[in-house]
Amino acid sequence: MSSHSTEANAHGGTTKLFAWVWLWLIIITGAEVYLAYKHLPPVTMLLLLIGMSVVKAGLIMSYFMHLRFEKHSLVWTLIPVTIFCIGMMTMIFPDGIRLRDSHNAPQGKVQPK
Amino acid sequence: MTDSHADVLRESSWTGGAHPYSIGSKKLGMWLFIVSDTLTFAALLLTYSYCRLTNPNWPTPFPIVPAIVFSTVMTVVLLASSLTMVMGVAAAHRGNRASTVKWMLATMLGGAIFCGLHATEWMHLIHEGLRPFANPWGGSPLFGATFFGITGLHMTHVAIGVIYLGIVATGFGRGKFSAEDVEVSGLYWHFVDLVWMFVFPMIYLMSVKY
Repeated sequence: MSSHSTEANAHGGTTKLFAWVWLWLIIITGAEVYLAYKHLPPVTMLLLLIGMSVVKAGLIMSYFMHLRFEKHSLVWTLIPVTIFCIGMMTMIFPDGIRLRDSHNAPQGKVQPK
Repeated sequence: MTDSHADVLRESSWTGGAHPYSIGSKKLGMWLFIVSDTLTFAALLLTYSYCRLTNPNWPTPFPIVPAIVFSTVMTVVLLASSLTMVMGVAAAHRGNRASTVKWMLATMLGGAIFCGLHATEWMHLIHEGLRPFANPWGGSPLFGATFFGITGLHMTHVAIGVIYLGIVATGFGRGKFSAEDVEVSGLYWHFVDLVWMFVFPMIYLMSVKY
């Protein structure tokens, strides 16, 4: 029924679109679990997982939470400041790297003379 | 004031009676809450990541079978509940109250199953000796604190969400609430799912026992 699909599109998305987004979420989740079998180094694993989770978050926010179909001013108000605040929190990581490396040092990394 | 000037004023957002970002204040309020809660979980997850990466003795107690399989099932259940919620919101916008209530009940069921599975996992770990201040496998006691803190806060959000969805579903079914209320509750539910999208990889997949 054309009025049905128009209404669906006005509110942002058909059943088919939602099903597709959901399928991609499952596929990316599967990829994340697959990575668990690979036994990667922690930092590599974490960066890959966060990257994939950000993609999933983007899909959920855009389609399930409807942001794709909202006024752009709403997206600009909400998203950049959130990313900025989270970015600010990552300032602790340089010290984390220092701590991690100071744990490694006493275990006898051979110093060249 | 000429007619065209008056027309401009009538169309302007600043003359009052307009909705912020054209979405209504309930939805904007929920979005602002979601941003604040995102920052709460981000702070917890980043602090956990700091502890995880700087501590060479981090326990890795989750073998692929059964722990990772179990938590993957939990993830799929929560994702499915997000899909049913989206279908519920679509039904609400179509004005189909009975269908909306059914979809929301399905979402609540997904959330309840998630909480049940998660509680089972907690009991299993507690039985093994995991506490917020100690763990039985050796290594950093922070594992218990971060695990229970983060997953506990998330589980609380899911439980509150199930109750919230129940109230909105009942009210919408009786004609008390509008499609906007269903959509706003949907936003909360998707947020809860979104947080799990980060918690699952960062806590479970980062602590796999090989």
